[in-house]
Amino acid sequence: MQIEFRLPSLGADMERATLTQWLKKPGERVYRGEAIAVVETDKGLIDIESFDDATVTELVVAPGTRIAVGTVMARLSGEGVAGRAASEPPPPPAGAPAYAPTPPVAPAPAAPTPAAPARARLSPAARRRAHELGLPPEALEQRAAGGILHVDDVERLAAEAKAQASAASAPDARRTMRSVIASAMARAKREIPHYYLGHALDFGAAREWLTHYNAALPVRERLIEGVLVVKAVALAAARIEGFNGYFRDGRFERSIAIHVGTAIAVRGGGLVAPALLDADRKDLKTLMREFSDLVIRVRSGHMRSSEFMTATITVTSLGEDGVDTIYPIINPPQVAIVGTGCVSERLWAHAGSAAVRPVLNLTLAADHRVTDGRIGSRFLKTIAELLAAPAKL
Amino acid sequence: MEAQDIRSRLTALLTSIAPDIDPATLDPVQDVRDQVDFDSMDRLHFAMAISEEFHIDIPEQDYPRLGALQKACEYIQAKLSAGGSSPATGA
Repeated sequence: MQIEFRLPSLGADMERATLTQWLKKPGERVYRGEAIAVVETDKGLIDIESFDDATVTELVVAPGTRIAVGTVMARLSGEGVAGRAASEPPPPPAGAPAYAPTPPVAPAPAAPTPAAPARARLSPAARRRAHELGLPPEALEQRAAGGILHVDDVERLAAEAKAQASAASAPDARRTMRSVIASAMARAKREIPHYYLGHALDFGAAREWLTHYNAALPVRERLIEGVLVVKAVALAAARIEGFNGYFRDGRFERSIAIHVGTAIAVRGGGLVAPALLDADRKDLKTLMREFSDLVIRVRSGHMRSSEFMTATITVTSLGEDGVDTIYPIINPPQVAIVGTGCVSERLWAHAGSAAVRPVLNLTLAADHRVTDGRIGSRFLKTIAELLAAPAKL
Repeated sequence: MEAQDIRSRLTALLTSIAPDIDPATLDPVQDVRDQVDFDSMDRLHFAMAISEEFHIDIPEQDYPRLGALQKACEYIQAKLSAGGSSPATGA
């Protein structure tokens, strides 16, 4: 079966992207969820993953070409995935996407790729650093050239890759990001009849549980508050219908899978909201690791297409330094976004008396075409109840 | 370990997390967050990097002590000398 591999839309706000590099060449096998190309968008560099198990037959677009969403980039031959609707986002990758250890088809400005699959010769600290910087160890293999790479080599390579990636567009990046956000948010405000709800909750139980949980762990394994919120929102979305999915072609399409978009600030201004996939089914430890990894890759500019195509609901947080309350705007075609302000100590009626407690303001912006305030209220209260019993998350 | 050495390793960690920061422009006694774009996730990654670079445990409640470079250096130095000189006493 002939498959046309097209540039997917990586969000309502994306119209075009520039092909930076092919990770596969004709004759090579590509697996569903595996990265096949790297494109540069207004959000940074994104790995485009295959929707199918197939063999590459032809690369249609040359690196450096700016193409519109829907453009045929390559032709593949394979079985396809039976029953997959054309508009359906691709499935999440089974694991970390494999970086194809093949030479690029055409000279590409991105990170070098090795000629043969081999384990990069990196010191343990360098390997950790490469991971933190979002550099695949395989991409460093060639540079090792028989020697061993150390932390400073890895950092120098990361800086080079970053400089190359942003050289052409650096002065305009901020403006472009701003105009992308502006057009998506203008569309949201124009098309979606938002309603807003707010609920203040005692975050003490969650905080105490976290402090206790984290006390025995090294810094790398500790959880942050935001991860509890993501999990609670995912579980609430599984219980109460009408907040998880897309509004398209005049109707609500409920999604069974729950992929929670997390708004992450981009260095230099702007933000993106890639998804934590299947957040309702992952434990906190896994979610934390993926969240941390996502932030690092957003900041270093290496994201995956599946993370952009799949968010079914979004969570946005102002972080520890923010104000009490955020009134977020829905990210179309999603139908709900949950906001969390900064947890702050407030005078609070607790167990029959006045107490000073850490209080979190939760907000919900939801789509009136799908739900009403009454059910929105249930949704928000469910999130609050889940956060009040953090050990069960 | 020399204070100067700690300082330079610390600024290297900082710039690896936030490459757009020029450490030369930072006031060492002021909180980094008040000077440049450095959010709570950056701070967490900074604590993680310090903990692993210097092989020290950093309890959560100590995170605020890593805010300014000068204080962070002193904190690390204190941790290192405590860890190095007191294996017998366990203090």
